[in-house]
Amino acid sequence: MLGYALRRLILAIPLLIGITFISFFVIHLAPGEPTELQTGDTPVQSDKEVRERLRQVYGLDKPLHVQYWNWLNRLARLDFGRSFSPDARPVLQKIGERLPVTLLLNIVEMMVIVALAIPVGVLSATRQYSKFDKVTTIFVFVGFATPDFWLALMLMILFGVQLGWLPISGLRSPTWEYLSFWQQQWDFVAHLTLPILVATFGGLAGFSRYMRQSMLEVIRQDYIQSARAKGLPESVVIAKHALRNALLPIVTVLGLSLPGLIGGSVIVESIFAIPGMGQLMVQAVFERDYPVIMGNLVIVATLTLVANLIADLTYSLVDPRIRVAARRSRR
Amino acid sequence: MSLLRLTGLLLLLALTGCGGEADSAVDRVTGLSAKPAYGDTFVDALTGNISGLIPNVLTDSASFEVGGLLYSGLVTRDKDLNIVGELAESWEFSRDCLNLTFRLRKNVRWHDGHPFTADDAVFTYEAMINPKTPTAYREDFRAVDSVEAVDPYTLHVRYKQPYAKALQSWATWVLPRHVLETYVKEGRLREAPQNRSNPVGTGPYRFSEWKPGEKVVLVANPDYFEGRPYLARIVYRIIPSQATIFLELKAKGVDSAGPAGLTALQFTRQADFPAFRKAYNKFQYADNVYTYLGFNLSDPRFADKRVRHAFAHAINKRELIEGVRLGLAREATGPYKPGTWAYNPNVRTYPYDMAKARELLAAAGWRERNAEGILVKDGQPFEFVLRTNQGNDERRKVAEIVQASLKDLGVKVDIQVIEWASFLKEYIKKKRFEAIILGWGVGLDPDQYEVWHSSKTGPDDLNRIGYANPEADAMLEKGRASCVEAERKKYYDRFQEILAEDQPIIFLFFRDALPVVASRIRGVVPAPSGIRYNFNEWYVPKQLQRYTAG
Repeated sequence: MLGYALRRLILAIPLLIGITFISFFVIHLAPGEPTELQTGDTPVQSDKEVRERLRQVYGLDKPLHVQYWNWLNRLARLDFGRSFSPDARPVLQKIGERLPVTLLLNIVEMMVIVALAIPVGVLSATRQYSKFDKVTTIFVFVGFATPDFWLALMLMILFGVQLGWLPISGLRSPTWEYLSFWQQQWDFVAHLTLPILVATFGGLAGFSRYMRQSMLEVIRQDYIQSARAKGLPESVVIAKHALRNALLPIVTVLGLSLPGLIGGSVIVESIFAIPGMGQLMVQAVFERDYPVIMGNLVIVATLTLVANLIADLTYSLVDPRIRVAARRSRR
Repeated sequence: MSLLRLTGLLLLLALTGCGGEADSAVDRVTGLSAKPAYGDTFVDALTGNISGLIPNVLTDSASFEVGGLLYSGLVTRDKDLNIVGELAESWEFSRDCLNLTFRLRKNVRWHDGHPFTADDAVFTYEAMINPKTPTAYREDFRAVDSVEAVDPYTLHVRYKQPYAKALQSWATWVLPRHVLETYVKEGRLREAPQNRSNPVGTGPYRFSEWKPGEKVVLVANPDYFEGRPYLARIVYRIIPSQATIFLELKAKGVDSAGPAGLTALQFTRQADFPAFRKAYNKFQYADNVYTYLGFNLSDPRFADKRVRHAFAHAINKRELIEGVRLGLAREATGPYKPGTWAYNPNVRTYPYDMAKARELLAAAGWRERNAEGILVKDGQPFEFVLRTNQGNDERRKVAEIVQASLKDLGVKVDIQVIEWASFLKEYIKKKRFEAIILGWGVGLDPDQYEVWHSSKTGPDDLNRIGYANPEADAMLEKGRASCVEAERKKYYDRFQEILAEDQPIIFLFFRDALPVVASRIRGVVPAPSGIRYNFNEWYVPKQLQRYTAG
C-alpha cells in the first residue's frame, strides 16, 4: 500500500510538469499582453519606453520556451514570482489572502451537501416512488435548473431587502470594528449564510441523485436479500450493509471534487462581493497576469493529482474487495 | 496627471448643468441644512478592486478615487473646473509661458508628521520622468526643462517650449521624498510597501486598512491643511455586481452607488419609488466620456466622405439615446462636451434624414441592389463587421441600433463582440477592423493631439482610425503650444468645424453620470464639475449619524 502510494507520487511529478507546460503555452496563445492593458479607453500617451521596460522586467521579451524554463526554475525553488498587475505583489501572498475565504465557503458547503444528500438519497431510494421520493425528485430538478445568480438575487431581495434579516453582500459590516468579539463572529456567519445557501442548493441536487442511484443498485443485490433473510431488522440492513456499499461511488465523486474546493465560483463570488479565488483568477485572466494564473493552476493541478490518489487509496480502504484483490495479485 | 484626472478619476466630474433631479436635491439639502458635525462613516461602493495606493504608477479609476483623498496636488479644480491652488498658495507664469513659479503652503505635513516642502514636488517630478518609473503619465512632463526648489516654499519650473497643460500637469499626486526616494531610484515604485499599505500623502484622509477585493478604509486626517474633514471614516466596499450595489442601496448597506452611479434603467425606473427618493438624493450630469462609431479610414469605402456623411444622416441619435440610455445622455457633435469652454456649438450637424443618406450613397456609387436588397458597387455588396468590446452592454446595444439603421439604407452589418485584450491586440493595433463602437474619455484640457494628429497612427498610438487632415494637425499643434485660453479657443473652434465636416467618426453621445448619495449626508452641492469636488465639506448632522463607535 505504501509502496503503491509512493510510486504514484513519483509518477505525479512528470505529470505536473506536463500540465504546467501545456497550460503555460496555452495561456500565452491568448492575444494581448499585460503591458498593453495598462491603458484602456483613455487617451493616455502609451509610452513605448515604459512598455518596453516593463516587458524586460517581466521577462516577456525573451522567447517563450526561455520564459517557461525560467518560470519552472523559480517554481522548483517554490518561488511563484510577483504579479504583473500594478500592485506587483508576490503571487503566493495574493493567493494566500484569497484562499481562506474560498476554502471556508467550499468546505462548509461540501459538509452541508454531504450531510443532507446522504439521508435524502437513502430515504428516496428505500422509499422509491413514495411521496417523499417524488417531492425530492422535483426539488432536485428545480435545483439543477435554477441559475445560481438568479437564486442569489432572489434570496438577497427576500432576506436582505424585504425582511432585512441578513446582510446582502460582502464578508463584514462597515461597522465591524465597532462590534464586540461575539458580534463580529455572528456578523461573519450572517454574511456567509446566503452564499452557502445558494452554493448548497445547486450541489445538493447532484449529490442526492448519486446517492439515490447508488443505493437503489445496492439494495437489489443478493447480499441484501440474505441480510434480510437472516432476520436483521430493516434499519440495520440499510444502515450497516447497504449504506457502506452505496457510499463507494460517493467517495470517488467527493475525492474528485477536492480540487474544486480551492476554485471559487466566479458568479457567486461576484454577486455576493466575496473576495475569493474565483474573482482573483478571472481578474488575472483579463489582465493577462501570467504569474497569478500559473500559480493558481499549479496549486489546482497538484491538488487534483493528490485528490485522485487519495480517492484511489480510500477506495481500497472502504471496499474490502479491492484490498483482497490487490493482496491476491501480489501473491 | 492632467491626463489621469481627466480620464479616470474625473470621469465622474462633469461640465454641463444638472438635470431637474439634481435641482430638487439641492433644495432638499439647503432647505434642511442642519449644523455641520464631525463623525459618521460614508460607505461607498467600487465595482473594481483598487490595484494599489500610489496612483502615479496605476491606471485604474478605483485607485484614482481612493488616491485622490490620500494625496494632494499643487493645484486642483474647483466646482466650476477652474484651476485653483491645493498645495500651492499661488503661482505665476512668465509672459512667454516658459517660466512657472509656485508659492507653496507652509503649514502642510505629511501623514507621518514630516513637513511638506518644495523638495517633495521636485522629487515627484523626478519620479515621473525617471525612465524606470512605470507611469503612463510621463508625457505631461516632457516639455519641462528644469524644476528646482528655490527655497523650501518656492518651486520654479522652466519649460522648453510653451505647453498648454503646464499648470494642469501639476495637479499630479505629490509624493514624499523621505519615504519613497530609494524605491524611485531603483525603479521599484510599484513594489514599494506604501503601494500596499500605509501610504504617506498630504490629503484629507489617511489610510486605515485595505482588504484586497473586500474593502478600503480611510480615516479623517485631523491635521489636514484645509481643516479636518467632517466625515470621520470612508469605507470603500468592493462590489463587482451593479445589481448587488443596487440591492445594497435598497437595504441601506451602502451610502452611494460609487462614482459611476446607477445604470440608466435603475435611475429612471427601479429607483423611482417614495422610500428610495426619501433615503437618497439622485444627481445627474454629463459624464466625460463619449461613445462613437469609428471607421477604418484606410478602407476605400469609408475613405469616401460621402459614405460617412450618409451614415451620419442615417443614424437617429435622439432615438439611439432613448433606446440605449433611456434618454439619459446628450447628443455629441464633436469630441468636446457641451458646456465646456472649448466646445463649439456652431458646427455642421447631420439631422436624421434617410432620403439624404440614400442620395449621398448613390453619389458615392452605391446605387444597385442585389437579391437580398444590399447595395452593390463594382460587384461588391456593401457589408462590413462592426466590432466592440465585451463587457459593455451599452456599446453592444448601440451596435445593434446602428445595424438596424444601416440595414434600412441597404448596408449589411455583422456585429462582433470581442474580449478587450484580444480586441486591442488583434484588431485595433493591427488595424484589422472595418468599423468599431468605442468610447473616449475627454480631458479637462481640450488638447487631443494624441487622438487626432496624423503623426499618431502607429500601432501603439491612439489615432486608431488613421485620421489625417493637415489643417486639423495645424490647429492641434497651435492649440497645445499656447497658454492663452482665448487664443486656444480659436484653434479648437476651427478644429471642431473640420472634424464635423470630415466626420472621421460619428460622434454619438455623452452619457450622463447618475450618482446617488444617502440623504443623511449634507453639503452635497452639484456643480459643473459633478458632486465630489467638495467631499471634505460633506457632513452628517449629529442626530442623523448612523455609524458610531459603541
